Amino acid sequence: MGDLYDSQRAMRQMRKAAMQRGVVAILDVGTSKIACLVLRFDGPEQFRSVDGVGSMAGQSQFRVIGAATTRSRGVRFGEVDAMQETERAIRTAVQAAQKMANVRVDHVIACLSGARPRSYGLDGAIDIHGGMVTEQDISQVMAACDVPDYGADREVLHAQPINFALDHRSGMADPRGQIGNKLTTDMHMLTVDGSAIQNIFYCIKRCDLELAGLASSAYVSGMSSLVEDEQELGAACIDLGGGSTGISIFMKKHMIFADSVRMGGEHVTSDISMGLQIPASTAERIKTFYGGVVATGMDDREMIEIGGDTGDWEHDRRTVSRAELIGIMRPRVEEILEEVRARLDAAGFEHLPSQQIVLTGGGSQIPGLDGLASKILGQQVRLGRPLRVQGLPQAAIGPAFSSAVGLTLFAANPQDEWWDFEIPADRYPARSLKRAVKWFKDNW
Amino acid sequence: MRSLIRRTAPANAAPRDPAPSKLGYKYQRLMLTPGFRASVRIGVPILLIAVIVGSWYSKPENRAALAATIAETKQDFQERPQFMVRALTITGADEATMAQVADLVPSEYPVSSFDLDLEGMRAAIEALDPVKSASVRVGQGGTLAVRLNPRVPAALWRDGATLRLIDGDGVQSGTIASRADRLDLPLIAGDGAEQKIEEALALYAGAGPLRERVRGLVRMGERRWDIVLDREQRILLPGDGAVAALDRVIALNEAQDMLSRDVAVVDMRKAERPTLRMNEEAAIALRRVNTTINNDGAEN
Repeated sequence: MGDLYDSQRAMRQMRKAAMQRGVVAILDVGTSKIACLVLRFDGPEQFRSVDGVGSMAGQSQFRVIGAATTRSRGVRFGEVDAMQETERAIRTAVQAAQKMANVRVDHVIACLSGARPRSYGLDGAIDIHGGMVTEQDISQVMAACDVPDYGADREVLHAQPINFALDHRSGMADPRGQIGNKLTTDMHMLTVDGSAIQNIFYCIKRCDLELAGLASSAYVSGMSSLVEDEQELGAACIDLGGGSTGISIFMKKHMIFADSVRMGGEHVTSDISMGLQIPASTAERIKTFYGGVVATGMDDREMIEIGGDTGDWEHDRRTVSRAELIGIMRPRVEEILEEVRARLDAAGFEHLPSQQIVLTGGGSQIPGLDGLASKILGQQVRLGRPLRVQGLPQAAIGPAFSSAVGLTLFAANPQDEWWDFEIPADRYPARSLKRAVKWFKDNW
Repeated sequence: MRSLIRRTAPANAAPRDPAPSKLGYKYQRLMLTPGFRASVRIGVPILLIAVIVGSWYSKPENRAALAATIAETKQDFQERPQFMVRALTITGADEATMAQVADLVPSEYPVSSFDLDLEGMRAAIEALDPVKSASVRVGQGGTLAVRLNPRVPAALWRDGATLRLIDGDGVQSGTIASRADRLDLPLIAGDGAEQKIEEALALYAGAGPLRERVRGLVRMGERRWDIVLDREQRILLPGDGAVAALDRVIALNEAQDMLSRDVAVVDMRKAERPTLRMNEEAAIALRRVNTTINNDGAEN
């Protein structure tokens, strides 16, 4: 645990420094596009009347001052595949966003969609002997969680306490200051491939940027596209991305499960490309213009020119009907949704009180997808668009930017993670001053 | 059939999206750094101007030309008719003093008022003995107006063989050849007389009816005054209360015509015991008269 724990702490410090500077960049490294947003933080809200969540869910304190998107290169399945290409793509996006913002960005918060996330539910308990729950007790109870053997080559990306229980009272958000005997906690831990994180780290470092935070894109797109009551009552967010489809389940405003299916919109494109014998760029274009998943009688008569550049007249004047295109796309979309269904079933989604499913991501723009999804995933399916944040350009408010927008929320007010709590005192080195202070406090 | 003219860009090609070079990326980031940007925007023009000016200034002929231009411009400005002084007026003193003052101010006109050191001229004029204070200014119509406030001599001071004119502050303002030139002024003499001139003037003013007869005042031992009258008479006054003592002498004189008798010295140094000293003949005569009276008395 130690290494990433420390580096996560270091990233939190970096995020704090970025807040001081007031400028931080958001980088969504996806398979089909890389989006970069530059946020300017104006400090806490000036006219804040009450405590708690302020106006616009507390996101009026920042503003998007630069946005840029570039075609992604060298990323496959949401993981860095070709280092140099990815670095160049990141550079392109960051440069364009900087140019628009007209400010230099040094800190970047990134998210990645692939890297084979795996969720673990942990629980821990300590005895506090009828005392008052202190910060130290919370650290202790989190340290008391049984961490499973998740593999040497994997890293912890998120570790969030989602529930505290004191004796028989469960569902506490903050047990500090309460009195009880036994403190238990439930924690959700998300691990990803270590090498994928290393590669992202390296690419960002090569661009002279400092990584101030790292998040799973399934998590952040859920943050941005689920509305508050869905997050509270239980909902799943399906982020249909380019190379992978992220699944995150939210309950009581905490993510309790995340997973990803290594299939996405690019697979649909490659199916079209292979099925119709056309280049990938043409396939992408006709997918976005004419794509769909439900064929009607009208679609048989709508012919699409697929063209070509060979010089052969017959070859260059080929046409397909829209029904044929739908016939190619539908099985792949169904496959993706079936796979998502399987993952949701494995996670026990049917036991949640509310089973709302929200489809977002670029793939969710396929016409008729909600009808198909409700047949496969259940009745409560809707298409989700990300929250609106200040200053976001019109081109970046679509569902394809839900993880980028979610990442801005993650940057502005992140949820508590394991590493935000102080290290339990007994984990300190033997001659720590803090331990001496604690001894004095306990004994005098 | 395929058209002969090839379309410039295939409609389905991906949009051009070139990645910046590493150098270009770094350059852009550097130019977005606020401090660097400010230094480029302000520093580079300043440096450029400094280099141009410096290279021009480094040539001696340019430097000389610059100095000449500056001097010429300055002279042109200073020699405007508004600033020229054309005449000199000196007022408020006698001919001799005016001649002395005229040597101290510029003699050639017109002259620019920028070239005149008015304060220096005033100091030089005030350093002259006969001048108590002076005002020097450039007046209406380009005239250098010197107004003198001469010292008014209040007494004559015999300093050895020379007779000096001395004013009420004890500052001498000239010499005269003989006493007859200024018979209106009292004569004072003696060591330290010039430092207590106001006492001497007070005594002289208090002399009243004796004034016609006063020949002079002599400071004795730097502490008290003697008044010398004609007929070699002297009034010895005390150091303190000299004027009161003089008043007593005048009163005695009024009452008994004391000083018109053959008295050599009236000694008022001790207030409780004024003493008269007679001339020798008078003393002998007095003694003889007393003897005769005594003899007569003896015979009776």
